Amino acid sequence: MAYLKLDHIDKTFTRGALETEVLKDITLGIEKGEFVSIIGHSGCGKTTLLNIVAGLTRATIGGVLLEEREVDEPGPDRAVVFQNHSLLPWLTVYDNVRLAVDKVFSATKSRVERRAWTMHNLELVQMAHAKDKRPAEISGGMKQRVGLARALAMEPKVLLLDEPFGALDALTRAHLQDSVMAIHQKLRNTVLMITHDVDEAVLLSDRIVMMTNGPAARIGEVLDVPLARPRWRLDVASSPTYLKCRQRVLEFLYERHRFIEAA
Amino acid sequence: MNMPLVKAEPTPVMPAPTAKVLPLEPKRNALATRLATRVRDVAIRVVPPIVVITVTLLVWELLCRRAGSTLPPPSRVLDDTWELIVDPFFDRGGLDKGLFWHLSASLQRVASGYLLASLVGVALGTLVGQSTWAMRGLDPIFQVLRTVPPLAWLPLSLAAFRNGQPSAIFVIFITAIWPIIINTAVGIRNIPQDYHNVARVLRLNHFEFFWKIMLPSAAPYIFTGLRIGIGLSWLAIVAAEMLIGGVGIGFFIWDAWNSSHISEIILALLYVGLIGFVLDRIVAGIATLVTHGTAAN
Repeated sequence: MAYLKLDHIDKTFTRGALETEVLKDITLGIEKGEFVSIIGHSGCGKTTLLNIVAGLTRATIGGVLLEEREVDEPGPDRAVVFQNHSLLPWLTVYDNVRLAVDKVFSATKSRVERRAWTMHNLELVQMAHAKDKRPAEISGGMKQRVGLARALAMEPKVLLLDEPFGALDALTRAHLQDSVMAIHQKLRNTVLMITHDVDEAVLLSDRIVMMTNGPAARIGEVLDVPLARPRWRLDVASSPTYLKCRQRVLEFLYERHRFIEAA
Repeated sequence: MNMPLVKAEPTPVMPAPTAKVLPLEPKRNALATRLATRVRDVAIRVVPPIVVITVTLLVWELLCRRAGSTLPPPSRVLDDTWELIVDPFFDRGGLDKGLFWHLSASLQRVASGYLLASLVGVALGTLVGQSTWAMRGLDPIFQVLRTVPPLAWLPLSLAAFRNGQPSAIFVIFITAIWPIIINTAVGIRNIPQDYHNVARVLRLNHFEFFWKIMLPSAAPYIFTGLRIGIGLSWLAIVAAEMLIGGVGIGFFIWDAWNSSHISEIILALLYVGLIGFVLDRIVAGIATLVTHGTAAN
């Protein structure tokens, strides 16, 4: 059985008498160490799906199994890097990460170890130099790095990335993508990422899950990306496999989009 | 490939001698200009109030100088109250005390009532901000009660406590509490969903959430309420003391009016204003201190 299993998830939002079916019969298995992206047009329920995995939202039917145990509430074993960083503005960069470290390792690590672990994770995302700055004093890309450090510091079984680079400019985004790839290469963690960027999905993922348009979005197609790791942005960009995968995702998104227009 | 290397070599050598020659002179200039700008900054802030105050005093002096004017000119005020100004600490027993004692009695009442209002206000505000049910139940009551003028509470509290001291403290309490409750509630309600999500992923318990997320996140709002509250308390105390009597700046003013010591009233008003200003500054100072303090944690 898969490490992380999304089992027949349906999600319906009820508002008064109005029922909106957002997700329909989502079933997906993710192996340990795998990097899986979920791609789809905006409004298709990607973020809702991630929130269900994170435990922030309850599935209407079905559920999420992590190591064959059901998870239905949030926890540090499924750390989330939020779309808009969600750092606490009154804490320094160091204290934002330390808050998570203190909470997760309160029983297992000593004070000195927790300090070292906090710094270790800040170094991992190359943010140790800004440890005493507050979120308002650093750039958007840096905030996202700190958000990533906070999530990594929880030593999650699954790392959930909710369009983590969506709000960044193209150069910063590329830089962060490289960092995430390097970290994944090093730690071999299991990652589930939401994105609407085709290149990002192909470059980073082992598998790409393509969602149909909502309402009642389903998994339309799952694509393997058989590119060897480590991947280098420039080398990969010209490889036939990369181009083929990219083409495939674009076709899917384009086809589905046209389908909606016709309907 | 070789070009940049050749170019790079002379450049680090070049600026070194120029840097050795330059430093002394501009430094002296910088110090002088810095001193000049500092003096100018202070002057910009200090000169206008001095000018305005002087003009006001002059106009007042001219208006009230002529015979038959109902209010004393500033020179007479100074003359009449000189004893009170130079010796605020005398105590001839009973109510015949120096201004220091009156002001300190008023400040003590404000301190008790205001501290109580802060504690209860933040607690109630947190409850109302967090629970929709509590908000629906309590908010209409708050909205009505907060419009009741402070002094309207005094007869009721005198009836309840049968004593001036707790009644005055109660009036301060009931005056200061509304802005504290309402601002705290708004602050709590405005905690971004993101912070809730972070807290849930970290599995913070209620206690940790309260101290690590809720209070720091709502702190700016809470301090807005606390600042409005201290201002209202100081407004209410003078009026309340006029009615309850006993030692206190409000009674001092009323007593001065009854004995037709108009100059003493003017002096007392000046003190009341200055202390109200200082109180506001103190709460504002605590606000910056605390928000920095929680941030440094």
